[in-house]
Amino acid sequence: MPVDASAKGKRFPPFEYEVGKEKIREFAQAVGEDEAVYFDRAAAKAAGLRDVAAPPMFAVVYSAGAVGPALFDPEVSIEFALMVHGGQEFVWGEPVCSGDTITTVAECKDIFEKDGKGFYVFETVSTNQDGEEVVRATWTNIVRGV
Amino acid sequence: MDVGDSIPELRVTPDRFLPHRYAGASGDFNPIHIDREFATQVGLPGNILHGLYGMALVARANAAAAGGDPRSLRRLSVQFRGMGLPEQEIVVSGTVTAVDGDRVTIDTVAEQSGKQIIKNARAELRTT
Repeated sequence: MPVDASAKGKRFPPFEYEVGKEKIREFAQAVGEDEAVYFDRAAAKAAGLRDVAAPPMFAVVYSAGAVGPALFDPEVSIEFALMVHGGQEFVWGEPVCSGDTITTVAECKDIFEKDGKGFYVFETVSTNQDGEEVVRATWTNIVRGV
Repeated sequence: MDVGDSIPELRVTPDRFLPHRYAGASGDFNPIHIDREFATQVGLPGNILHGLYGMALVARANAAAAGGDPRSLRRLSVQFRGMGLPEQEIVVSGTVTAVDGDRVTIDTVAEQSGKQIIKNARAELRTT
């Protein structure tokens, strides 16, 4: 069964996320981060940050609301039972701090078949309340046995 | 940092309930990560770690090599291979492959029980 690539190029509605100090703490603790700038406002400000900073991989948290609907989109039609997360890239821009509002837009960049597997590639671009790019991400999902 | 240098190794043994905490923190409640019974029913050896948790360890090891500032990590790309399990040590190691002014490129792997769970991880750091 060939993959259906008709959703290639589809863009999804923006998702807005308000970054909070305690969510940053929860995420930082889960991944074992211990730098003071992730927990302590005074330490963050002393380091030249506006407020407590989010660890780089916090991008997962504020992007999720944009990526989820793209993955589950009926036009993209991914066979979830056979899907694995194959690869991931983040390119970071401005730091993300508590109090920021991050807007993320997802786009289906590519759908193709290779070696009997379906590749579904999504890009998300996240910007802060000042319109500065904070992260650009590429999410590659692989579906076995298409 | 110079080409060929190793970054300090990061060794972490995620406890039994780490996948549940990471699920809550990240919002990814896929049952393969938090429900051992479901995971074994779909052919996995048990509930497996989130791939993005492993990537967070790789991010940590690289940022730490540049002094720990979150602004030092500019780019990270990884491939997920195999699967990570709770209660087994993960070792993240990396080698500097390029230096261009204050930009440093580091190739990183994350291994568990001798098997790579994250491979071809390439980080770009800004060291100033």
